[in-house]
Amino acid sequence: MRQGKYPFVIGFLIAPLALYGMFVLRPIAAAVQVSMTNWSGLSPNFDFVGLENFQKLLDDDKVWLAAKHHVFLLVTLPVITIALALFFAFLLNMGGGTRGGMMTGVWGSKFYRVVFFLPQVLAVVIVGVIFGRVYAPDGSGVLNRFLELFGVDAVQFMAEYGLWSILGVLVWQAVGFYVVLFAAGMSSIPAEIYEAAVMDGASRVTIFFRVTIPLLMETVKVAWVYLGILAMDAFALVMVLSIDEGGPDGATTVLPVQIYKSGIRESDYGYASALGVALAVFTIIFAVLSLRGGKRNAVEH
Amino acid sequence: MSNHTDSPSALNRRSVLRRTAAVGLLATPAAGLLSACVGGGTDEPTTQATGQVSAENPLGVSVDTPVEVVIFDGGLGTKYATDVHVPSYQKKFPNSKVTFSSTQEVSTALQPRFASNTPPDMVNNAGSKLMDQGKLVEAGQVADLTDLFAAPSLDIAGKTVADTLIPGTIEQGTFNGKPYVLNYAYTVFGLWYSGKLFKDNGWTAPTSWADFTALLEKMKAKGITPYSYAGANAAYYQYLVILTTAAKIGGPDVLKAIDNLEKGAWTNDAVKQAATLWGEIGAKYGNKAHLGLKHTEVQLQQNQYKVGFYPSGSWLENEQSKDTPAGFDYQVAAIPGATASDKLPATGLYAAAGEMYFVASKGKNVQGGKEYLRHMLSKAGAKGFTELTKSLTVVTGAAEGLTLSPGLTSANAALTAAGAANFSFRWDAWYKNLDDECRAATNKLMFQGGTADEFCTRMQAAADKTEKKFSR
Repeated sequence: MRQGKYPFVIGFLIAPLALYGMFVLRPIAAAVQVSMTNWSGLSPNFDFVGLENFQKLLDDDKVWLAAKHHVFLLVTLPVITIALALFFAFLLNMGGGTRGGMMTGVWGSKFYRVVFFLPQVLAVVIVGVIFGRVYAPDGSGVLNRFLELFGVDAVQFMAEYGLWSILGVLVWQAVGFYVVLFAAGMSSIPAEIYEAAVMDGASRVTIFFRVTIPLLMETVKVAWVYLGILAMDAFALVMVLSIDEGGPDGATTVLPVQIYKSGIRESDYGYASALGVALAVFTIIFAVLSLRGGKRNAVEH
Repeated sequence: MSNHTDSPSALNRRSVLRRTAAVGLLATPAAGLLSACVGGGTDEPTTQATGQVSAENPLGVSVDTPVEVVIFDGGLGTKYATDVHVPSYQKKFPNSKVTFSSTQEVSTALQPRFASNTPPDMVNNAGSKLMDQGKLVEAGQVADLTDLFAAPSLDIAGKTVADTLIPGTIEQGTFNGKPYVLNYAYTVFGLWYSGKLFKDNGWTAPTSWADFTALLEKMKAKGITPYSYAGANAAYYQYLVILTTAAKIGGPDVLKAIDNLEKGAWTNDAVKQAATLWGEIGAKYGNKAHLGLKHTEVQLQQNQYKVGFYPSGSWLENEQSKDTPAGFDYQVAAIPGATASDKLPATGLYAAAGEMYFVASKGKNVQGGKEYLRHMLSKAGAKGFTELTKSLTVVTGAAEGLTLSPGLTSANAALTAAGAANFSFRWDAWYKNLDDECRAATNKLMFQGGTADEFCTRMQAAADKTEKKFSR
């Protein structure tokens, strides 16, 4: 068996590696190449322009605005989503108090589990269209109709609070998945630990902060990375929901929208690729930093 | 192929040098790879079919080569092509198959085909995902239409195709002196309103700014939003209106200067005055919720008699035909005169040939593509188009004998009243980045308390940054 090991391993690896190279690495390499040309995408001709596109990118106000919005989303989206998801997961798993030393969920927790997960199955574009109605700027919008009942003037959600409104939708859609993720994490925490905590007289709040969260830290970190990557995207929602595709006046723009605009609308594929490369680099840096960041204090059970 | 990274003298830090060297290394094979995998095609001209030139076949179309036509499936539909123009071509060349297809996303469907030099022969470049026409011309992908316009008309005896067109049509599709694009639909822009609403209230279309604001005041008193447009996706209807007023104040040369990216074209007094006037209308008579609405939503509100005036082109009536209540009676008014010293009369109109059709220079049947356009420009072809789409074409007199809808009749009357005082601009099609900038600036001015000064300086700055490619 020992002699045939390498051909065996290579035989198994060659197909997936070839596919990976063809459909993942090659396009990435091509994007990097295009980012150093002035290719318009409308003919096979182009000139090599070196780092000119990256220089242009640094001088582009809209890019900096988009980057600012990513930073905003990068901070708020994971914090809010994880906090909500942890809270809901705790309620679903342990919010019902103790029964015979075992933690139980709130009444109807199975039903809530389904409800929370439901947004996750909807396509992003459909979510965008639905929230278009929710946020509609006059009495025809769900939220504004509701506010009308209390005599509050119509709120211009997308015009004045565009980024917050989009954040709301992102959280609404993401939270269900993380509830399930955290719930699974919580159920893998051994019951004896909780039993011991309950016997020592710990309240539900204490249990949540002193037992559950430290033991879930690894899962939370993974969630953080996923949500950070989500914050780097947000393309479809911005395109469907926002005024003037990333407006008004760039107030909700994100890098993928800028890529779309310079590539598809303005036929500047070279510049669009440069933006894509920059976005990829940011995303990788973020992922590496956040995965490294929390390494030290992993608590084992 | 130029390689800018070959000049390390400009860089002094070691790390930068190292990186540059790496890029340079990467660049050499990359240049070869790029043409292989990004472009896909070659620069060689593809073999293009031609036939014998004769009186019957002035463009020298190969009689048995298929011709491929792609039509944008939008407000005008595709019936005009499948029921009128394709059969017309087919009748003349029974052995040449017309390969017809339609798409709602022109760029998505066709951009890869242009990039690989295998484009269809004739393309209707339109819709929100249209390709940048200026860039296409610049890339050498568009065929020169000079011979088409010089050819005899298909069914108007004794005239060339050019002779049969409304003046200004060919110019509208000319890039740096050569006609590349046929703008086929003739569009009248103005303020649209319901004839019924006006009749019921005893209102008449205003011609002076004072009449205009007085009427808006009356509408406001009735609880109607007097004037509105959709900020979410149709801000360009409004910048067209602002620039129309600027042209009335300062003459059509104001627009020409903007097209030619001249210094101070946007900060011109006429533009500033127009922006001031419209900014006031937005602040006083607009509805700030409409910043968040799409064009169909605002148009629907007008159909429900909740909006007085709505700026749009003459496609509006057809676009809204499903939602318009009986008796609504679409009417269009020219944008009222702005000042007592206007250079153009109050009847002056933004009217232009629109809806772009072009022949790909690297298609397999270039002459066939041009011949297809000749069929579109025949009297029968144009008449069929108007019948099916309720839109006028650039062919003079092609609508004669047709029963026109109220909106189209009104547009026709406005056109007659305007006489020679019609004008248009081209910068929005030439420079897409300026179009994007102006949409944002217009929304700011009309909905968010922006000032005329801000509007003008901002647009001037954007124009100054734009590299000049075309002029007229």
